[in-house]
Amino acid sequence: MTIDTVGRFERALESLEVGIERVPAADATERIAAAIDDPAVGVPLPFDGVSQPDAVTTAPTAGELERARTGVTPAQFGIAEYGTVAIRSTAAGNEPVSLYPDYHVAIVAASDVVPDLGAGFDRLEKHFADRESIVFATGRSATADMGDLVHGVHGPGTVSVMVVEDR
Amino acid sequence: MAERAHPARSRDETAAQIRHLLETEGEAVHAHSSTMSARQAQIYDETDDIETLRTDARAIKEDAIDRLPELLETVREAVEANGGTVYVAEDAADANAYVADVVDDRADGRDDVADAPSVVKSKSMTTEEIDLNEALERDGIDVYETDLGEWVLQVADDTPSHIVGPAMHLSREEIAELFTERFDPDEEFETAAQLTEFARDYLGERIREADVGITGANFVVAETGTMALVTNEGNARKCAVTPDTHVAIAGVEKLLPSVRDLEPFVDLIAKSATGQPISQYVTMLTPPTASPTLDFAAPDAPIAGTDADALSAGTEPDREFHLVLLDNGRLDMREDDQLRETLYCVRCGACSNSCVNFQSVGGHAFGGETYSGGIATGWEAGVHGQDSAAEFNDLCTGCSQCVNACPVKIDIPWINTVVKDRINREGDAESYDFLVDGLTPDAETDTSGLDSGKRFFGNISTVAKLGSATAPVSNWLAETGLVRTLLESTLGIDRRRDLPTFQRESLVDWFEAQGGVAASRRRAERAASHANAADVGREAVLYPDVYTNYVDTDRGKAAVRTLEALGVPVSVPDLPESGRAPLSQGMIATADRQASRLYGAVAEDLDAGRDLVVIEPSDLAAFHREYERLLPTRSFERLRDNSYEVCHYVYGLLENGTDADALATADGGTDDQGEPIAYHSHCQQRTLGLEAPTTALLERCGYAPRTSSVECCGMAGSFGYKQEYYELSMDVGNRLAQEFESAETVVASGTSCGDQLETLLERDVSHPIELLAPDR
Repeated sequence: MTIDTVGRFERALESLEVGIERVPAADATERIAAAIDDPAVGVPLPFDGVSQPDAVTTAPTAGELERARTGVTPAQFGIAEYGTVAIRSTAAGNEPVSLYPDYHVAIVAASDVVPDLGAGFDRLEKHFADRESIVFATGRSATADMGDLVHGVHGPGTVSVMVVEDR
Repeated sequence: MAERAHPARSRDETAAQIRHLLETEGEAVHAHSSTMSARQAQIYDETDDIETLRTDARAIKEDAIDRLPELLETVREAVEANGGTVYVAEDAADANAYVADVVDDRADGRDDVADAPSVVKSKSMTTEEIDLNEALERDGIDVYETDLGEWVLQVADDTPSHIVGPAMHLSREEIAELFTERFDPDEEFETAAQLTEFARDYLGERIREADVGITGANFVVAETGTMALVTNEGNARKCAVTPDTHVAIAGVEKLLPSVRDLEPFVDLIAKSATGQPISQYVTMLTPPTASPTLDFAAPDAPIAGTDADALSAGTEPDREFHLVLLDNGRLDMREDDQLRETLYCVRCGACSNSCVNFQSVGGHAFGGETYSGGIATGWEAGVHGQDSAAEFNDLCTGCSQCVNACPVKIDIPWINTVVKDRINREGDAESYDFLVDGLTPDAETDTSGLDSGKRFFGNISTVAKLGSATAPVSNWLAETGLVRTLLESTLGIDRRRDLPTFQRESLVDWFEAQGGVAASRRRAERAASHANAADVGREAVLYPDVYTNYVDTDRGKAAVRTLEALGVPVSVPDLPESGRAPLSQGMIATADRQASRLYGAVAEDLDAGRDLVVIEPSDLAAFHREYERLLPTRSFERLRDNSYEVCHYVYGLLENGTDADALATADGGTDDQGEPIAYHSHCQQRTLGLEAPTTALLERCGYAPRTSSVECCGMAGSFGYKQEYYELSMDVGNRLAQEFESAETVVASGTSCGDQLETLLERDVSHPIELLAPDR
């Protein structure tokens, strides 16, 4: 296990061409506001002292979801080894908000970044026991079916991860 | 000649189909599949715990298939406790009828009944297997594939040519042309990005409108009712969570006991399939999921309730979930000792990508009704019956490149051998072939469905013995047009192929004429004292395989000289054929008999501590791999542990302190570079991990070997001689030949590889041992 798990996470995300930013909780709302493209939809964030900026529509309508360019969701945890974010399906709509807009901003607590897939499965066991659904999302949606590699197919073509360091 | 009981294509028809595919689809398939194969090999190399992962994955599958009936009960309880439904479908019709009912029920309940019910689908080979789309369409249901490759095929009314990349046989230009014709766009499609954007928009709309989403499932966790879907595009997620009804269809073999069992597969599947570390989306759903259903027809309604409600995980939207577990022959496969392993398959397509024949023709030749590639023989024999497997399974040459690529270590060549054997045995008992039957009795004689060409190649040792005894007349005869015509029409041996030239004096006879074992002992002792080498204390039995004994006796003589020069006394007894030849033709009973004979013939030498040294890699592969299936365990292990590939053996002697000066080392041996040389190992030798010792030996002797990157020479035993496969064999061989075109010296370990290279490069290609052997 590397000591600098978040550093490893950062390097993995860079190789996937996913943006990464480390922020203190106090600055997170402001930094999200700076990162998004309008219009943006999101779900409430479960980190103390962090809320969605005003420009992000929470509890969006189907129409707002369809028109949104950015979706902002929390991630349950991150996996440093592969640069994966784990998105839990909730009634608030984490799954569609992370999937429909072309740009996904995932917010994860630094303390929730685990070193490898094995540690990710340690976390998964609890979620599965509670009959929850989780997506391991790694990088950007991609296809090579049209003769060349293209990003942004049925899922986002741009992804950013924001690591909240003191939560 | 004997006919198969089922209608089979003639050799000419098969040849024509292969030729057509080589011309139309071969280039695109090769570009994609060879790239994926290279990536897969690279990422396996870079993954430290790859062997542990593969071993774990296999053990989990063995256990899961063993406990399948119990897991079916477990998953039913779990899914029902979650509020979903499980339906175990006996066959295709049963599964299709169930799904059509679900869709009709769901569509009945909606407000706008004017439109036909519609379904969006994520890529699923299992639904291809049962022809679900056709069944739903017959029922008046609109079906849209959402995986871009799969959708291209739907638009083109084509079928998948690869388990993972279904449309890899089509180029971007062909897809652009197809879309232009079908959709008449305002602007012409030029780039892949434009095509992708169009598909995304078109299919996005279909997903938003759909009544039901249908997916496959890569894995299903019985304990919790969780399924894993692996995609790069994200369409499986959208299909599963956008409509309020989700139907997942999976073969019963997809069940895994618990969450933890999923881990090695999540780690392995993308590595094996595309060479990615992990795929973009591993969606693990425990339906009915908590996600809100999305009604895009009501754009002003919030997708979820109030924030407070939405945040409580207990809120359950109005969702319906059906898990359809398909039997369709799988439970019978589980009872079949030979086909059972097929059920461990995770459908990553690594066997297809690593297969040179597949790389040339793709799944439209190398596949049955649904499945393609190496493992397809097992699937097709199990779910559609042997006739479907018979259409293509001779395209497996047994080269075994897929063995190390398979993430669950399935012995795919063995499954192909078994199915060949079963197909051989289903022939008409009334007819028989006088020509071959009279020539060669074998254990399959009571099963006259056996193709005469197969029987000929399966008994090649008898043919070679006869050819050698009658040389040079036999060689002269073989060159005549009349004989070539006869060989082609009766046995399917292509007249364009050079035939081996038999030697009048076999290697065994030559060795006896040299004074036999006693003289060899004297020569070895003399060499040991001259070279001032330590007494190595080993004795070798050189295995005179058919080709070395009757055709290329030079490489046998070179091996004898080399071993003696290093102080190892040799014997060259007249040993039975290994069974390799009948195995290649799917004649397992004959191979089994020969394995026992061979073991009986060498047992005393092994007991006396002598080493069995083997020149032909495919024979060594029989001793090290297939004999496990043919001999008692103790006999197999004894033979395996005491038999060696000749260059590996010589390298071992040098490593143990024997002086390399006794060998014919290259002049360039003193400088750093060494003398350049091109070396093609051998497909089965590579599977056994034995390319490296030969390379190391050549380096020790002053050469700088450059090895071939292509998986196989395309000749693979008798395959390249067969009329229907000649062009394919040459297509594959040409890729190897191109790599070596500029090389001054080319050596190859295998018989077929050497023959193929000699034909294509039009010059001599010898065995590495001939290069290293001292003159006498």
